[in-house]
Amino acid sequence: MSDSDRIESIVTPTRTEYDYTPGPSAQRSLRALAEGRLIGETCPSCNQVYYPPSGTCARCGVATEGEVEIADKGTVTTYAIVRVPSDNIDLELPYCTAHILLDGSDIPFFGLIQECVWDEVRIGMRVEAVWLPESEWGPGAENIKYFRPTGEPDVPFEQFKEHI
Amino acid sequence: MRDVAIASFAQTKYVRNQIHETEVDMLIPITREAIERSGIPKPEIGFTCHGSSDYMAGQSFAFVGAVDALGAFPPIAESHVEMDGAWALYEAWVKIQCGEVDSALVFGFGRASMGKLRETMNLQLDPYTMGPLGLDAISMAALQARALLDAGKISEEQMAEIAVRNRRVAKDNPVAQVTGDFEVAKLLAEPYIVSPLRKHDCPPISDGVSAVVLAAGDAIGRGDSKPVFIRGIDHRIDSHQLGSRDLTVSPSTKLAGEKAGVHAGPVEFAELHAPFSHQEPILCEALGLEEGVLINPSGGALAANPMMTAGLTRIGEAASHIAAGRAGRGIAHATSGPCLQQNLVCVLEGE
Amino acid sequence: MADELLSAPHVLEYDYRRSLGDTLSRFFTGLRDREILGVKTKAGRVLVPPAEYDPETGEATTEDWSAVGPEGVVKSWAWVAEPLGRHPLDRPFAFALIQLDGADTALTHVVDTGDESAMQTGMRVTAKWADETVGAIRDIVAFVPTPGGGSA
Repeated sequence: MSDSDRIESIVTPTRTEYDYTPGPSAQRSLRALAEGRLIGETCPSCNQVYYPPSGTCARCGVATEGEVEIADKGTVTTYAIVRVPSDNIDLELPYCTAHILLDGSDIPFFGLIQECVWDEVRIGMRVEAVWLPESEWGPGAENIKYFRPTGEPDVPFEQFKEHI
Repeated sequence: MRDVAIASFAQTKYVRNQIHETEVDMLIPITREAIERSGIPKPEIGFTCHGSSDYMAGQSFAFVGAVDALGAFPPIAESHVEMDGAWALYEAWVKIQCGEVDSALVFGFGRASMGKLRETMNLQLDPYTMGPLGLDAISMAALQARALLDAGKISEEQMAEIAVRNRRVAKDNPVAQVTGDFEVAKLLAEPYIVSPLRKHDCPPISDGVSAVVLAAGDAIGRGDSKPVFIRGIDHRIDSHQLGSRDLTVSPSTKLAGEKAGVHAGPVEFAELHAPFSHQEPILCEALGLEEGVLINPSGGALAANPMMTAGLTRIGEAASHIAAGRAGRGIAHATSGPCLQQNLVCVLEGE
Repeated sequence: MADELLSAPHVLEYDYRRSLGDTLSRFFTGLRDREILGVKTKAGRVLVPPAEYDPETGEATTEDWSAVGPEGVVKSWAWVAEPLGRHPLDRPFAFALIQLDGADTALTHVVDTGDESAMQTGMRVTAKWADETVGAIRDIVAFVPTPGGGSA
């Protein structure tokens, strides 16, 4: 037996299946998404508004409360230009992903930026959500296809520097 | 060695399928209760360590999310073991022994109901020769049970009696999941899940969390219950290859028990983490527990088996038993891996 | 839908390519060639599956390899009446610890007898090979009762 005939590695497939149920906060916000609304929650200790709400303020270690309407537009706090393909993303390269501080929320939200030249995306740029047709809405973030520039003036960094 | 005490213990009620709360939702009140009952102000807790498995949640770094429950800001000294919370307690105990801190919060959590636990447990096996066979949690345990039956060390009737006793005792445990009065004859009339194991021989799938606060030095004695001291703690491991072990005995439990000093004093009771009925006598033999020693005053893992914190819960339950004045000295045990592969033994004593 | 709990299926699937190292490389190369190999410890015990070390002492195993089986004895078994999706057979079967002739430890594998009544601790079984072997534990499809083998 020559060395090249040896089995040097094996492939071991693994598969685990789950049935996820989100907690009460995520339940509420996902249901609101199905109605085209963004509902965040507030920390009773530090008053930060979270969207999407996980149910917890990690800073304070307490459950978040209330229902806060969050706008579907906001400000780009940071962004990245993606130049590598991925099996489960069907977008033309390169494309732009961004953290967007939605108006009314204190933490950035992740989204795609489209309908503009990707190298014109900048920190402080104002963007708004582009939704799927209402007939296609479900209880998920997929309802928002992407964000696009609103054309409003940029927001100065000083105004959102506490929220990046 | 420093005197290290269990200052407090808190746990959820264990349920088959906690669909209304996330792990973090469960951890917020329980970690807070443990801290408050310890009497140690939260900012003074020197170290935090927890045990969990990302395979329970199906997310890499799911354990990091658990820290959200703590309000870890400014950042805290914190660590994690991908093991039962009992091993997180061991790490915290070592940290206290090193003199680095005087107190620690330890917790474990699992919401196994989201996945298919029986199959998920395949991922703990040797991935070369055993994993690809699809060996599941109940089949692994059944190989061990058959070995015991063949060796004449137990009967199926005795296995049923163990399940009946644990679940009867668990009626007094408000957080237990499977409790009640069962009849051995009726249980033995049930079909096998994986022969020779029937449903009653297997642990329930349990969602829940538990937490312990450890204290040393000036941190001892500030809580709302009497401190219970860890007089010895040790953990040992056997081979992962089932076929290279004698599955009817547990050398790692025996050695851990000797190193922890189980018989340095009277053993009044034991909280044993025996998820399957036939594993209880293996542990009793390995620990040299004579007849008359009270086993599992909480009802044990057959009454509730929150994966990744059932071992820590044994330590917490044993400490509570002593703190309540029901015993002066006892032992707690935690296990991990297929067929009692890895075992931790903790000797606990009141003041 | 207002009160219905939201839930979603989630599947984690990875194909890991694992390098084997010298010991398991020999074992799996043997399986591809329809041969089950064991390695000897310094104390003279033959480990199957082989390990880089003696689990009893932690000492390195030797360079002394030998073919074992393909017959052996069932040391313990668990009857799976209702196979799960990841199980190797889609009909009732037994997981078993099988001590192959010439080995001192037992291999975890499956026994295909069709019926639980045909299973017995101590029964003799023989490896049944896959039509095509690739160098994996499932090159042995299952162990089957050795014709006229009886039990040890």
